[in-house]
Amino acid sequence: MSTSSAYADYTTGEPVVDTKAPEGPIAERWDKRRFEAKLVNPANRRKHTVIVVGTGLAGGSAGATLAEQGYHVVQFCYQDSPRRAHSIAAQGGINAAKNYRNDGDSVHRLFYDTVKGGDFRARESNVHRLAQISVEIIDQCVAQGVPFAREYGGLLDTRSFGGVQVSRTFYARGQTGQQLLLGAYQALSRQIAAGNVEMHPRTEMLDLIVVDGRARGIVARDLVTGKIDTYFADAVVLASGGYGNVFYLSTNAMNSNATAVWRAHRRGALFANPCFTQIHPTCIPRTGDHQSKLTLMSESLRNDGRIWVPKARGDQRPPHRIPEDERDYYLERIYPSFGNLVPRDIASRAAKNVCDEGRGVGPGGQGVYLDFADAIERMGRAAVEAKYGNLFDMYQRITDEDPYRVPMRIYPAVHYTMGGLWVDYDLRTTVPGLFAIGEANFSDHGANRLGASALMQGLADGYFVLPATINDYLARHPRQGEVGPEHPVVQEVLAETEDRLHLLLAVDGDRTPDSFHRELGELMWEFCGMARTESGLRKALERIPQIREEFWRRIKVPGTGEEFNQSLEKANRIVDYLELAELMCLDALHRAESCGGHFREESQTPDGEAERKDDTFSYAAAWEFTGTGTAPVLHKEDLVFEYVHPTQRSYA
Amino acid sequence: MKLTLRVWRQRAADTEGAMSTYEVDDISPDMSFLEMLDTLNEELILRGEDPVAFDHDCREGICGACSLVINGDAHGPERTTTCQLHMRSFADGDTIDVEPWRASAFPVIKDLVVDRSAFDRIIQAGGYITAPTGSAPEAHATAVAKPDADFAFEHAECIGCGACVAACPNGAAMLFTSAKVNHLNVLPQGAPERETRVLDMVARMDEEGFGGCTLAGECATACPKGIPLVSITNMNKEWLRATRKAGKR
Amino acid sequence: MARTVWDSSVGKKTVMAVSGLIMLAYLVVHMLGNLKIFFGSAEFNGYAHWLRTLGEPFLHHEWALWIVRVVLVAAVVAHATAAYQLSRRDLRARPRKYMHTRRRASYATRTMRWGGVILGLFIVWHILDLTTGTVHPNGFQSGHPYQNVIDTFSTWYGNVIYVVAMLALGLHIRHGFWSAAQTLGAGSRTRDRALKATANILALVLTLGFVSVPVAVMTGVVS
Repeated sequence: MSTSSAYADYTTGEPVVDTKAPEGPIAERWDKRRFEAKLVNPANRRKHTVIVVGTGLAGGSAGATLAEQGYHVVQFCYQDSPRRAHSIAAQGGINAAKNYRNDGDSVHRLFYDTVKGGDFRARESNVHRLAQISVEIIDQCVAQGVPFAREYGGLLDTRSFGGVQVSRTFYARGQTGQQLLLGAYQALSRQIAAGNVEMHPRTEMLDLIVVDGRARGIVARDLVTGKIDTYFADAVVLASGGYGNVFYLSTNAMNSNATAVWRAHRRGALFANPCFTQIHPTCIPRTGDHQSKLTLMSESLRNDGRIWVPKARGDQRPPHRIPEDERDYYLERIYPSFGNLVPRDIASRAAKNVCDEGRGVGPGGQGVYLDFADAIERMGRAAVEAKYGNLFDMYQRITDEDPYRVPMRIYPAVHYTMGGLWVDYDLRTTVPGLFAIGEANFSDHGANRLGASALMQGLADGYFVLPATINDYLARHPRQGEVGPEHPVVQEVLAETEDRLHLLLAVDGDRTPDSFHRELGELMWEFCGMARTESGLRKALERIPQIREEFWRRIKVPGTGEEFNQSLEKANRIVDYLELAELMCLDALHRAESCGGHFREESQTPDGEAERKDDTFSYAAAWEFTGTGTAPVLHKEDLVFEYVHPTQRSYA
Repeated sequence: MKLTLRVWRQRAADTEGAMSTYEVDDISPDMSFLEMLDTLNEELILRGEDPVAFDHDCREGICGACSLVINGDAHGPERTTTCQLHMRSFADGDTIDVEPWRASAFPVIKDLVVDRSAFDRIIQAGGYITAPTGSAPEAHATAVAKPDADFAFEHAECIGCGACVAACPNGAAMLFTSAKVNHLNVLPQGAPERETRVLDMVARMDEEGFGGCTLAGECATACPKGIPLVSITNMNKEWLRATRKAGKR
Repeated sequence: MARTVWDSSVGKKTVMAVSGLIMLAYLVVHMLGNLKIFFGSAEFNGYAHWLRTLGEPFLHHEWALWIVRVVLVAAVVAHATAAYQLSRRDLRARPRKYMHTRRRASYATRTMRWGGVILGLFIVWHILDLTTGTVHPNGFQSGHPYQNVIDTFSTWYGNVIYVVAMLALGLHIRHGFWSAAQTLGAGSRTRDRALKATANILALVLTLGFVSVPVAVMTGVVS
C-alpha cells in the first residue's frame, strides 16, 4: 500500500473530449444527434439484452422504456422491490419549462438557470437538452397517472423554488419523488408482466465484466441466498445513484451505495468531479452517536422562518430566554438583500461558520434556530399550519419539540452528489457499452444542483436520452462475441469478487462495519465537507489509507457468505467507500478554487464568498483508476461556454 | 433507558424460529426504533453472535421497507412507520416483543425480514396505466377536477409496506390493492383500463394467497399513510361495476 | 360471470352480502309477525294461516310460503358455504399467529364466524322445534303455533337457546349489515355514520323484537 503523499501526486493524462455532442446551434443539437444515431431494427431488438442496475427514477424509467422498445432488459435492485429506490424520498418537485404561468419561462431560461446554478461547471449541450426534455417529462408522467397538484380549474399547479424567479416546479404535495417513482415503477411492472424485463430484486451488483474492452455483464450477489452469479448483456446501464453515504450520515437511504459505480471505475470508467457534493442547509440535526441518518426538511421553510443563533458563545439559555438584541440573525445581517433565502451552499456554510465559532445550539452545538415566531405573529398560526403543517409534524415526531412554540433546530447535511461516472453526450462512460444515468453520472448539474432538478435529470436520462442513444451503440455493434460463465475473464472477475467477500469474513477482527463507516464519515465531514482546506484534505488523505489498513485487519463480519447477511453487505460497501473517499479528497485538493458545493477556504473573496477560478479550473476533472492507493490519472474535459457567460455569483 | 427485547429469530426461510430475549441498556429516548436495533446489533456482532436481520432503507418513512410488528402492532404503537417510531414512545424497563409481518403470502426470509414480492405481482397484474414513453399527449390536454386529483393522490400515497396485511386478522391485501385501484381508476387517464385493472388485480391478490376482507378495519388503523377503510368499499364498487360490464360483453 | 363472482374473494363476499340482506329482510317481516302473539291466539294463528294462503288464488295453497322457504334455504346455503370457504382462505393466509396478541376489532366483528355457526345451529333447532315439531317439547300441534310457542318458551332450555341465539343475531347484524353495505360498494365517508346507525338500530330492534316473545311467555304476559 502506498503512502498518501504519493496518492496526492497524481499525473495528468490526455484530455477527454465529448465526441458525441454535435456542433451547431445549441437548440438543434439534440435533434441532430437523434437523427445521426443509428437505429436497431425493431425485429432485432429482442435479440439484444441490456442490463440495468438500479430502479430509481433513472433506472426504472430506462428499464421500462427500453423494454417498450423491444429490448430484453435484465434489471437489478438491492431493495426487496423496485418501488423502494431512494428517488422515492425526494420531496420538493420537478422543474419543467412549460411556461404554464406565462411568467417568462422558456427552455432557454431553464437552461440558463441550471448552468448558472451549477456555477459554470456543467456542459452546455447536456443542460440544454435537459431543459428541452423537461416539458416531455411532465406530459409522460401525467399520462401515467402521476397525481400532480392541480388547481381548481383542473390544470396543473406549479410553485417556485430556490435560485430562480419563475414558477416552474411541478409537485405532488411533499412527495413528488414518490409519485414520479411509482409512475416509473408501474411502467416497469407492466413490462415485467409482459416478460420483457427480467427483474432481480434483492440482488446487488458487485462488479462489472469487461471483455475485449466492452462492458458485457455484471457480477451480482443474491442477497437472500448469498449466491454470486454472472449476468451477460450487450450493454450495461448503471443507474445506481449517488455516493453521499461516503459521509455515513447523509439524507441518503441507509443502503444507497457506491459499489456499482466504483467497481465500474476500477474497470476503466473515468470518475468525474467526485468532490462536488451538495450539502443541504435545512436538515434535522443529529441527536447523538446513535444517529444513523439525517432527515431533510423542505427548504421552502426558509421562505417564512428566520435563522438565528445567540450572539454570545456558549449561550446555554433556552431560546425564549434570549432577548431580541442578543440574537444574531446572521443571514439577514450578512446578506441583507437575499436574507434567509440565499442558495443552499451559502446557507450551509454560514451555519457551519457560526457553529464553529461556538455559537451553535442544541446537543453538541451543531445546530441553528429556524424560528417561526414572527411568521406566526404575522400570518397567524392557522396560516403557518396550512403551509407547513406536515413538515412541522415530521419535525415534532423526530425531535419531540413543538416548532409552533420552540424554534426549530436545523443543520446542514450531505444530500446529493453532483459528481459521478464521466459520460459523454450519449451518456456513455469511457468503457464502451457501459452507460451511466441519473445521479450515478457526473451529470448536468456542474458544481451545484438546483432544487427540483434531480428528478428532472433522472427521468430525462431514463425515459428519453438513454433509449435514443443506446440504439446507436447497439446498432453499431450488432454482433459481439459470445460471453458466458466459462470465459476466462468472467472467471477471473467472479473469483476476485468471491475472494473479496471471503476475506471480509475471514478477518474476524474486533470492529464492526458501522464503526469504520462512522469513522470514515466523520473524517470526510470534517475535511471534505462544507469547507475544505489544503491542509485538512492532506490530513484526510493521510488518514484514509490508515483506516483502510485497519479495516482489513480489524473488521468483524459475522455469519457466512451463503446466507442473508446484512453485515457482509455493509462491509463490502465500506471497502469501496474507503477508496472513493480518497479520490474525493484528492479531487477537492487539486481543485484549488471554490465553486458551487466545493468551497476551498483558500479561494474566497474578501467578503468570504466562493471565488471561482475560471482560467485554471474551467474543466470537468475525470479521474482514471490505477490501483488502490496509487495516484490516479487526471483527464480534463474543457468546458466551453458559448451561450451562458460565466459570472461571479453575488447575493449580498 | 433499559429495555428487554423479545425478538423473533429465524435463520432462514425453511428453518424453525423462536423468540429470543435480549437486554439493551443506555437507550436514548431520541433514538428511532431501528437505531435501537442497530445498537443491539453492534453488541451482537462484537459478541460474535448473528445480528438481527430487518428490512430498512430510507429511514424517513417513505420507502416502505421497514416492517416490524411491535407489541402486536404493525409499526408499533404510533401511527407511523417503524423507522419514524422513537424510543420515547416506550418506558424505561419495558419488555418489547418484535415479530415479523405474519402472512402466508409474506414468507419469512430471515428473522424479521419477509418476502413481499406478492405486492409487486399485484401491481404487475394491472396497477399501471399503459402509456409507453413518447406516446403522451400534452399534459394540459385533459383537465382533472381537483377533488379527483386529490382523491388519486390520497391513495397514491401508499408506500407498499404491508402493514395492512400484517395487521389484518385474515392477512388480506385489500387495502393495498384498493389504494392502487382507486388512485388509477379515478383519473381520466386510467379510464380505458378501469375494468380490467380491478378484475385482474383482485384475481392476482387472491392467487397470491392473501385472505379475504371481513372489514375488521385493522388495516386502515395500522396504515402509516392513513389510507382509509372506505378505499376498500370503493374497490368493491369498482369490482362489481367491472364484473357487470364484463358480463354484458 | 357467476363463475367469476364465485371464484373471487370479493365475489364471494358479494354473495354473502346479498344473501345476508335477503335473510335480514325476511327477519324483519318474521319479527313483525311474531309480535302478533301479543294480540292473542286467534290473531296469531290466523296470521299463520294467512301465510299459507298468501297469493291465492294465483298461487296454489302454501306455494308462496314454499317459495320463501326455497329462497331462504338458498340464501342460508350460499351464505354459509361462502363463509366457510372464505374463512378457510383467511385462516390459511395467517397460518402462524403473533406471539404478542392484542384485542383489536369490535366484539361484533370478532364473533362473526362463531356467531354464524351458532345461528346456523339455531336455525336447525328452530325448524325442528316449531316447523316440523320433531324436537318440540310438548306434543306439537300443526296449525296452532300460538300454543307451540308457549310450550317452547315454557322450558328453560328453549328460552336459553332462543335468547342466546337472538343476542348472537344482534351482533351478527350489527357488523353484517354495515359490512354488506361496504361489500356492495354502498359505503362512503359521508354515509358511514348513517350506515352504522342503521346497522345498530336494525340489530337492536330485531333482537328486542324477537326476545320480547320468550320474555312475555316467561313473565306470563302471554299465556
